[in-house]
Amino acid sequence: MINGTKINIENLNLFIGNNHILKNINVEIPEKQLTVILGPSGCGKTTLLKSLNRLTDLYPEIKIQGKIFNGDEDILHPKTEITELRKKMGLLAQTPYPLPMNIYDNITYGLRISGRRKKRFLNKRVEYYLRQVSLWDEVKDRLKDPASALSIGQQQRLCLARGLSVDPDILLADEPTSALDPISSREVEELFVKLKQRYTIVMVTHILRQAKRVADYVIFMYLGEIIEHGPAEQIFEHPKNALTKSYIQGTYS
Amino acid sequence: MNRQLLRKSEELFYRVLMIISTVIIIIALLAIIISILVKGLPSLSWSMITQIPKGGYYFGKEGGILNAIIGSLYLSGGATLLALAVSLPLALYMNVHKLKQKNVVNIIRFFLDLLWGVPSIVYGAFGFTLMVLLGLRTSLLAGILTVTLFIIPIMVRSMDEVLKTVPKGLLESAFSLGSTRSETAFRVMLRQCIPGIITAILLAFGRAIGDAAAVLFTAGYTDYIPTSLSQPTATLPLSVFFQLSSPIPEVQNRAYASAVVLTVIVLIISIASRGFSMKYQKNKIK
Repeated sequence: MINGTKINIENLNLFIGNNHILKNINVEIPEKQLTVILGPSGCGKTTLLKSLNRLTDLYPEIKIQGKIFNGDEDILHPKTEITELRKKMGLLAQTPYPLPMNIYDNITYGLRISGRRKKRFLNKRVEYYLRQVSLWDEVKDRLKDPASALSIGQQQRLCLARGLSVDPDILLADEPTSALDPISSREVEELFVKLKQRYTIVMVTHILRQAKRVADYVIFMYLGEIIEHGPAEQIFEHPKNALTKSYIQGTYS
Repeated sequence: MNRQLLRKSEELFYRVLMIISTVIIIIALLAIIISILVKGLPSLSWSMITQIPKGGYYFGKEGGILNAIIGSLYLSGGATLLALAVSLPLALYMNVHKLKQKNVVNIIRFFLDLLWGVPSIVYGAFGFTLMVLLGLRTSLLAGILTVTLFIIPIMVRSMDEVLKTVPKGLLESAFSLGSTRSETAFRVMLRQCIPGIITAILLAFGRAIGDAAAVLFTAGYTDYIPTSLSQPTATLPLSVFFQLSSPIPEVQNRAYASAVVLTVIVLIISIASRGFSMKYQKNKIK
């Protein structure tokens, strides 16, 4: 076990129908670092990410075996209190899906379902989290506008603020910049670099340059298997596996 | 060259087909509305919608159809509310709680579709059997219960179709914030789908207020406005039917006037609910 392990995945196998999507995954994700899951499209990165907070529960055709531990809590155990577990993990999806309500309510939703209702408290939290994602100045005069009226880059930052609002200690991000324009992408990326001091972040990406800019720890996947994992410099400078090497040098096509 | 021509004529063929279909539908709709307006409007008077039938009304004497207007509103209003109380939870349950058991949901859908296809006279006959069994007489209550059964499949399946269109990503967002299934259903799905759900309620209400066969044996008919659930009640479709079967031309024209009233009620409710759903439309996530 590496020092300060946050999430521990043991013998994870996942099937969609008869297709073996994740093959014997064994990996440890370090605490308060930014771990990047890197690999070409369709290699199971997103599926792995979604099994971490059991969003895989929503898909009837998915069968999952193995164990995932968050600390000593067994995430995949059917008796695990899944709503509490999900609160500890903020999710940022590939395309932003704000909730169908106004900007203010998007941030307070998570707090309200946890029973926080005091207006003063909610107002303060909204400002705090919107500042965290540098969105406050852009939206402070139109908090009651529908979230769907924001630009897609603003929506993605709103979703990040919403994810932070339930006070998670893990952030899961599934190609969080892939739907955004270059400027918004850069903003979101910088936010992640800022946030990794305080959160354990798992980010899926297929963009090599992005991975190089943000990663502390890298998991390289190919066709449902983990090919190699380790600290970022080691993977980027001295990859051991030939496949990793070709992907990192850009000769993989 | 030949292929170009073929594609162009194909395009033309389908376009003409679509235009013809549209025109047929519009003409049919206008023909119905114009014919009831032409025959009905001259007989429509203030007294007709503010009075109950007086002695000899069905022979062309004084009076109105207020009994049927109020009766219809009571009956379809009650049935719609009752059906809503059953349908909304079921539709949400099928689409949020039972996400993982697709087979169960598909079986429920299959049976609802079957029930949708059952003619309303069969519901009427079933309602009548039930009344005999329970010792009920023809009454507002029996009518409401029968019509409720009749519109539940319509309401559930229409809501179900709307809820099915909610993007998976939105559900994932809601669940990731630690929502329980019920919180996701009532706080997120419902808000996202309000316009469609209102349309579903309206569709069911329209069927409820327009149906004659389901209430024929169960709600009865009376010249008075019901003051309790155990009294029989008149309804607009039956009022149209009874007046139309009269040999007296004046009374027949009043049937068309009653049809105008029925159409206007549906129209008013339709417009009102549209305004209401516009209010929520703006929050919808695409």
